[in-house]
Amino acid sequence: MKLLEQAPLSAKFGMAIIVVYVIAAVFAPILAPYPQRAIVGSQFEAISAAHWLGTDHLGRDMLSRLIYAARNTVGIAVAATALTFLFGCMLGFLAATIGGWGDQLLSRAADTILAIPTLIFALMLLTVFGTALPVLVLVIGFLESPKVFRIARSSAMNVVVMDFVEAARLRGEGVGWIMRRELLPNVMAPLVAEFGLRFCFVFLMISALSFLGLGIQPPLADWGAMVRETAQLISFGVPTPLIPAFAIALLTIAVNFVVDWFLYKQSGLKEERA
Amino acid sequence: MDKLRELENEVRLGRLSRRSFLARASALGIAGAAGVPLISERAMASSPSVGGQFRIGIGSGSSSDSMDPGTITDTYMQVVNYGLRNNLTEVTPDGELIGELAESFEASEDARSWTFRLRDGVEFHNGKTLDANDVVETMNHHRGEDSESGARQLFDDVDEIVAEDDRTVTFHLSSGNADFPFLMNDYRLTICPVVDGELDLSGNGTGGYILDSFDPGERTTMSRNPNYWKENAAFFETVEVLVMRDSTSRTNALTTGDIDVMNRVAPSSVNLVGRGGNVRVEQTSGNQHYSFPMHVDREPFDDWHVRKAIKLAVDREQLLQTVLSGHGYVGNDHPIGRANRFFHEELPQRQFDPEEARHHLREAGHENLQLTLKVSDAAFVGAVDAGQLMAETMAEAGIDLRVDRVPSDGYWSNVWLEEPFVASYWGGRPTEDWMFTEGYAAGANWNDTNWDNERFNELLREARAELDEDRRREMYHEMQELVHDDGGSLIPIFANYIMGLSDEVQHGEMANNWDLDGLKCLERWWFA
Amino acid sequence: MARIAVLIAQRLGLGVLILFAVSLIIMFVVELLPGDTCQELMGQGATPQTLQACRAALGLDDPMHERYLSWLGGMLTGDMGISLANQRPIDELVIRRILNTFFLAGIAAAIAVPLSLMLGILAAMYRNSIFDRIVNVSTLTSISFPEFFVAYILIFIFAVELGMFPSVSNVHADMAFQERLYRSLLPALSLTLVITAHMMRMTRATIVNLMASPYIEMARLKGIRGMRIITYHALPNAFAPIINVITLNLAYLIVGVVVVEVVFVYPGLGQLLVDAVSNRDMPLVQAGALMFAAVYVLLNLFADIVSIISNPRLLHPR
Repeated sequence: MKLLEQAPLSAKFGMAIIVVYVIAAVFAPILAPYPQRAIVGSQFEAISAAHWLGTDHLGRDMLSRLIYAARNTVGIAVAATALTFLFGCMLGFLAATIGGWGDQLLSRAADTILAIPTLIFALMLLTVFGTALPVLVLVIGFLESPKVFRIARSSAMNVVVMDFVEAARLRGEGVGWIMRRELLPNVMAPLVAEFGLRFCFVFLMISALSFLGLGIQPPLADWGAMVRETAQLISFGVPTPLIPAFAIALLTIAVNFVVDWFLYKQSGLKEERA
Repeated sequence: MDKLRELENEVRLGRLSRRSFLARASALGIAGAAGVPLISERAMASSPSVGGQFRIGIGSGSSSDSMDPGTITDTYMQVVNYGLRNNLTEVTPDGELIGELAESFEASEDARSWTFRLRDGVEFHNGKTLDANDVVETMNHHRGEDSESGARQLFDDVDEIVAEDDRTVTFHLSSGNADFPFLMNDYRLTICPVVDGELDLSGNGTGGYILDSFDPGERTTMSRNPNYWKENAAFFETVEVLVMRDSTSRTNALTTGDIDVMNRVAPSSVNLVGRGGNVRVEQTSGNQHYSFPMHVDREPFDDWHVRKAIKLAVDREQLLQTVLSGHGYVGNDHPIGRANRFFHEELPQRQFDPEEARHHLREAGHENLQLTLKVSDAAFVGAVDAGQLMAETMAEAGIDLRVDRVPSDGYWSNVWLEEPFVASYWGGRPTEDWMFTEGYAAGANWNDTNWDNERFNELLREARAELDEDRRREMYHEMQELVHDDGGSLIPIFANYIMGLSDEVQHGEMANNWDLDGLKCLERWWFA
Repeated sequence: MARIAVLIAQRLGLGVLILFAVSLIIMFVVELLPGDTCQELMGQGATPQTLQACRAALGLDDPMHERYLSWLGGMLTGDMGISLANQRPIDELVIRRILNTFFLAGIAAAIAVPLSLMLGILAAMYRNSIFDRIVNVSTLTSISFPEFFVAYILIFIFAVELGMFPSVSNVHADMAFQERLYRSLLPALSLTLVITAHMMRMTRATIVNLMASPYIEMARLKGIRGMRIITYHALPNAFAPIINVITLNLAYLIVGVVVVEVVFVYPGLGQLLVDAVSNRDMPLVQAGALMFAAVYVLLNLFADIVSIISNPRLLHPR
């Protein structure tokens, strides 16, 4: 609690936004004035008392869809990002710690996946396995994890060569212990920074997939698809598609403000130690 | 006079042919001659002149495209192909079939052999003179055991093709076909020359433009054929046909003047496109329709009541207003459109009636019917939206419709024809016989409902060989009734072809049998 | 230096292995995709007879391993084969497209890399200042927008409203360099907006992290200030993670740009690959994917070498 009070304004703002999003996601059915799939008006109705943000291309309430989308989009992004980091960090640390052939094997496996164009690979995998939600999360997690792997490994490599790790090794500590106690705390900074963005990239990947006709199943609302559905309007100076786009942007900014605070706090603590 | 305006509108929308307009106008007591200038007011605004670089952005095309006419499947190559080559016959803007490379054509009395007389002195781009051998070899490219041509099934009834002399070709059919010359207007059956004993498929044709460069999936450039045999056609100095698959990109490019014409304007942005300065939107309404075929040999669609209930549980007007923003007309569960000759106008329009639908479901013993509809925007743009709208109205009738969006990739090969209830698209066909034979006859390759109706099949055979117009009309009307009532296809909407044109671009009366003035914008349009 | 030469040789050898692995994966996945080239090409126009004729002509009836081996044999002798879809030689299709892609990626990288390094360093130096906040918020906003949307917005502003740039970037062979550059600027700018935030934030985070480390503190105590600390003391050690992120983003520029290509009608490799996949055009998918993989392997090698030079301890980890 004390920590929270000390947080700079930007971090408080970031946390407040995240809390709002989480509330929206959890209580969507209560907060939203209409169900997400109900057709309640005609196409592209203007802003009115009944529809605070107007209606979309099928005559569904924009505000309700925006709120429901928080649930779908954030849920999926959190799941996919968590999966990405779980795979990526574990294997990355492992590679850095064991070194030698194990490292080579893992690194080349990661390179092989990365060497295949991500969007094309995703397109193929989703065509083969279908676009059910768990599949979508798994495919994104699988394709993105080598990127986290690389960052985790290369940051860990810099730590592994430090004297205290060699000392731990000489003490006879196991690989798991070294990964948890020596690597993780010392490479948190770049990883957390990466997390803030990876999270956002998952949205972008989903919306790019929806551009290619894959992505989340309708009638489920998600911000990326909502931008896609209305994007053509921007060419005529109609701002409707900016609403879901800013919903993504605000969350990204909020998450990264909190990340920044964390980074700052980390470096600050170290300064004290020094 | 209001009545006249109404009729005039009908002509524009393609509901009336020009000829029937004249007939009805004179019935109203207006002289035929007075009617003509009214329709052509716009067309006469400027007379065609040669010149300019014409750039058109088309919403299809792929890097797999090739110059072999047998491989053509979409608008991009259709337009390019009609720039370079000609058919034996041509459909005029008011829907009449005339000879193109054929000067005349005639049938034997039983309509089992058709003889085409070629024009004299028509030259290909390489200087070779068109002869009967070119026609025979072109047609043979599309038929026979080894042919990979998509037009192959059009030749199922053709026994033999004979070059009688240099300028005469005769097709011998196994059964009579009154509409055979219409088949010769198929966009794939454009005439290619025989060069050194081989059919030249490189783009060398008799058309109004000569090929300069061809980058599949990107762009095609052509320049005017100074030696074009057709008078008063092909007015642009050079032509650039661009693949622009994103509709927003096309709209932007048209607005900024980077292209002169685009096809497939997104229906929802029609009003917005027209708003921007030097650009206008034009529409023709033809036979292009969106359908939802059900396999009638599969549970629960084998029950007539279930099919009926599904057809009644759809709000066509809402689909028209939302998916097409009103740019089209509602369908009546048969594939014959207003641009067809024997369109059944008296057939009552099926309306949205959830109560009646419930009644039929009760009759069928399917009160809690659960269905899955597979859709993809590959079927038609807005198919996924249409599915969602249908799910809402079907819920009112007690049908639980689950809309499953499947990947666009592979839709036509793995979902359409394979799954029992899907979204589909038909470009429409110029003749009733063609449409029914391809999509509704028992055993037809593209019969996407597996429908097999004895009476229908019998009528189809009879009507094909029938030469009496009135009797044919009766038969085709009965067939439309059969499909409407018993068929497996839900056909809720017919979509307009919507094009965006720069104000510089002029044209005469616009054909509505295909997109872009019967796909012939390159040779029919000009700059003011 | 000799050790580095050995390492390069090793890496190139491994690179070849990776390419081989990629080609195997591609083959299996394309094979798993439903449908085949003939069905995709004919689409609605396919009939059992035409399909049979087409499959026989393209040799699709042969077992998978035979097709793969004959493709591999051709590849090893420098023959990429012909496209199944339209019988054109693949090198002709791919090389022109990949040059276009390099061109666009080059412009985007030339703008984005220096820009994000600079912004990252400045933001780290003046962290938590107004400048830091503005840079952060604006770059974060720009990556939060889906790339097609960024492209639409840029087109709306610079092409539709201001008329400064064309809205389509259909570059082609007989176009002068300046014209090509001019036409490629808007798509390059879209890509810049998409990748800058990632590189900038990584730079900033790494430097912030290093600034807290004892040796920088020492340097600071010695009285070395500002820019000098960063360029001489922090940057060399920050290279490894930063180069990694840059590599990832450059790789993304090569083929992650399908969407931007479609919106700007830019004839790059991405669109060709998507078409090839949807046509199940195995040799073309292979050729495109291998091109990308080769570029990726080389970029990586470069990144590793830079990392090692900047931190020689990496050469002998034990």
